[in-house]
Amino acid sequence: MELTLWTYEGPPHVGAIRVAASMRDVHLMLHSPQGDTYADLLFTMIERDGKRPPVTYTTFQARDLGSSTAEMVLHSLREAAERFKPQVLMVADSCTAELIQDQPGALALGANLPVPVISLEMAAYTRKENWGAAETFYQLVRGLLSRQAPPPGSERPSRAADVRPSVNLLGPTKLGFRCRDDVVEIERLLTSMGVDVNVVAPLGASPRDLQLIPKADANVNLCPEVSDLTCSWLARTFGMPTITTIPMGWGATRDFITEVASVLGLNIDVDAVGESRLPWYSRSIDSTYLTGKRVFVFADGSHAVAAARVARDEMGFEVVGLGTYSRERARDVRAAAKEYGLEALITDNYLEVEARVQELQPEMVLGTQMERHIAKRLGIPCAVISTPAHVQDYPARYSPQMGFEGANVLFDTWVHPLIMGLEEHLLHMFRDDFEFNDSVGPSHLGSEGEGARSTGQSAGGQPDGDKTLVWAFDAEKELKKIPFFVRGKARRNTERFAEEQGLSTIEVDTLYDAKAHFSN
Amino acid sequence: MSSVIASSVEEHHPGPQTQERGQRAVFCGLTSIIWLHRRIQDAFFLVVGSRTCAHLIQSAAGVMIFAEPRFATAILSERDLAGMADCHEELDRVVGELISRRGGINRLFLVGSCPSEVIKLDLETAAAKLQVKHENRVRISAFSGSGIETTFTQGEDQCLKSTVAELPSLASGEQNLIVLGTVSDIVEDQFRRLFDDLGIGNVSFYPGRKAGDLPAVGKGTRVIAAQPFVGETARALIDRGADLISAPFPLGAEGSKSWFEAVASVYDVPQERVQQILELPYQRAKRALAPHRAKLEGKRVHFLPDSQLEIPMARFLSEECGLEVSEIGTPFHDQLVMQGELARLAKDVSIVEGQDLDPALARVRESRPDLTVCGMGIANALESEGLRTKWSIELVFSPVQGFDQAGDLAALFAKPLVRQDILEVGSWS
Repeated sequence: MELTLWTYEGPPHVGAIRVAASMRDVHLMLHSPQGDTYADLLFTMIERDGKRPPVTYTTFQARDLGSSTAEMVLHSLREAAERFKPQVLMVADSCTAELIQDQPGALALGANLPVPVISLEMAAYTRKENWGAAETFYQLVRGLLSRQAPPPGSERPSRAADVRPSVNLLGPTKLGFRCRDDVVEIERLLTSMGVDVNVVAPLGASPRDLQLIPKADANVNLCPEVSDLTCSWLARTFGMPTITTIPMGWGATRDFITEVASVLGLNIDVDAVGESRLPWYSRSIDSTYLTGKRVFVFADGSHAVAAARVARDEMGFEVVGLGTYSRERARDVRAAAKEYGLEALITDNYLEVEARVQELQPEMVLGTQMERHIAKRLGIPCAVISTPAHVQDYPARYSPQMGFEGANVLFDTWVHPLIMGLEEHLLHMFRDDFEFNDSVGPSHLGSEGEGARSTGQSAGGQPDGDKTLVWAFDAEKELKKIPFFVRGKARRNTERFAEEQGLSTIEVDTLYDAKAHFSN
Repeated sequence: MSSVIASSVEEHHPGPQTQERGQRAVFCGLTSIIWLHRRIQDAFFLVVGSRTCAHLIQSAAGVMIFAEPRFATAILSERDLAGMADCHEELDRVVGELISRRGGINRLFLVGSCPSEVIKLDLETAAAKLQVKHENRVRISAFSGSGIETTFTQGEDQCLKSTVAELPSLASGEQNLIVLGTVSDIVEDQFRRLFDDLGIGNVSFYPGRKAGDLPAVGKGTRVIAAQPFVGETARALIDRGADLISAPFPLGAEGSKSWFEAVASVYDVPQERVQQILELPYQRAKRALAPHRAKLEGKRVHFLPDSQLEIPMARFLSEECGLEVSEIGTPFHDQLVMQGELARLAKDVSIVEGQDLDPALARVRESRPDLTVCGMGIANALESEGLRTKWSIELVFSPVQGFDQAGDLAALFAKPLVRQDILEVGSWS
């Protein structure tokens, strides 16, 4: 039993619904109690979908238990097959149905339905949403393709000279982070390389499209949370190579181009494929103020790793924390963290994430909607880079995260919450000017910077026992002269320094001693 | 039903009433926690359930704004499912953790869920045991908000019912009034002022703002429902000697007036005084309603089952806003608390209890009402088909009861229609 206040991921069957809702001509029959239909609103409200996901829920109640739940399964299966006429009918249990063991998959297979059935095991008590999406996608692809599989050990025929190279984009789903736009951007990128996109799946694909997957030369593992399992099965079974670079950021997009070219045996000039404004924007002098900004990164595995690279190498930030809620991706994130000299934070307990943010006092947080709330509370600027996401993370405008345009979007969205470079410079120069009140936040963001000052009060957030530590009047006054966006850190460092030195009063000198002590 | 007073005739809806079974698109009772935890400010709701339960509450709440919310889920894992004894120990540990972290909590509700019901985890016994351990620190009890037993607003009914046994007994010869069902603080304050003006004292709102605000109940207790989803709690109060006052719900100018009149008549407040006191807020409510009525009049509204507020809302819209009601779907129709409403509905309005989603949606598409009141999961799907909707969860979350909210309530329904008139853009496609 695990005490959970907020959860980063839904249950695995929500992952199955994501796959179903992403595709055309599939239907999911979910054996589930009344109430599980709340999942509909994730799609219709958060992603503003214009239709309910293609799911029939049995919605059994207590009076049905023990007698008629299996009947309800059969009834729902027949109704769904008849009403929606899908190419494939998927069948799964939600958490409660798993306990009553009606085995809807077996019932469906024995029910002589006029439609192929894929039975899913969702392991509700051990697994979570992304796993459920990955498992569903894998079962669907395997179910549809295993009959086409060549005998084990057969050599994959090389592409004929007159056939254009092609890849599949695997992994993008509904309720993924900017999947809709990333697909467009990466298709555009590949087209400009002379590479065709054979199948995009699950997003927008029908079961018949899935059957065309082996026609491509390789698979792009675009959202490994969803497509890892499928890509490795396709690699094993069909000898299809997997392209693993996530093209997020300028450098990774170029690496992606290089990897695609190498896997497909193409001779490509990376510079000719496309360009981004990110490199110049980052080099322009307004961006000087970004240098060394301490950022905390927490996301699903692939976005966390990709964002950390962009943060350090392309924005000039210092990555002070890196983590993920996704245990399945822990290995990748740990390896990445090592490169930054960090220990990865692997947890799905948001209180632990909050504690780490408080402890690290970053100047910016790149995270999920959960971290946005944490950051808001602590008065730290934040940009959302990953699911779990909210309605505002499904913008009307074209807003990819991947490819060269994605790099532009990253630059803009990560800089936006911060105080503009020139503004920060002016704040330094005029901080004592009565008209230039430093209790305002970024001038373009209304009240959002609100909390930035309040963190100065109890920077650590913990009610500390050191009531003996006193700020002398002059020292307190001096502290106020320090720009507010670093004042919290200065207060905290000074207090820590004073404690270490065994001081009971903080004088002006203590402040500067601490500053010298912590400058490195 | 001798306990129902102040109703001249026993009224039943004379029109077509059917029951439907099939796929339901309603929340489970756990959703009630979202408003219950805002209402009872020192209560904590611990759902014993699955990741689905946690995800449901968080998704239905829509926003994750509370620093550390006063609800949480103890998520059952495979290890817990293996053996029951383990489960109780685990719950013991989780509750200990929770109580040590949250200082200001005076009441802990263990909330049963579908999985906990199916594995027959006895949360009432667990609560009793935990109570002994945490005596003098926090009051602990249990109720079920599971989807197999409750829909949406029934969660509040179960919660309140579970506390009825704790209510102190009303001394004989004393009188009090219990206003039953969550209302927002501002509505409570307005109602209290009117009860004061009417000379009706000793009024308790149940649930109150604090978990310890438990009204006494006994022979001299009158109960009036402020929400339609409190039937079982009302029965439990009747069992303890209370009388239930039958009235329409305090929605709109007419609903609020009849509601106060029903109470006043039981208290024998002189007619003239009642009229004098209610006249000002009544007229104010009518004034506030008028502009919205202009938008709503003559339109056709269709209710899909959701919150049990459907019947009173249909009454309000037809009686006070001039809408025609094409169908009232309701998840659960409790005649006991609905009597005051049924008499005022048009005779030919069809009431459908329960749900079979796809045929129900087919009826909406067929009749193409001007406005469909439905759950959040369905609203955008209908909008994309060119139908205007009002998502109904807002009717539960917003202060809509009483004279001074009558205009706001009408505005909730008018807004989608006003918006339709304003927008000069094509529809979604």
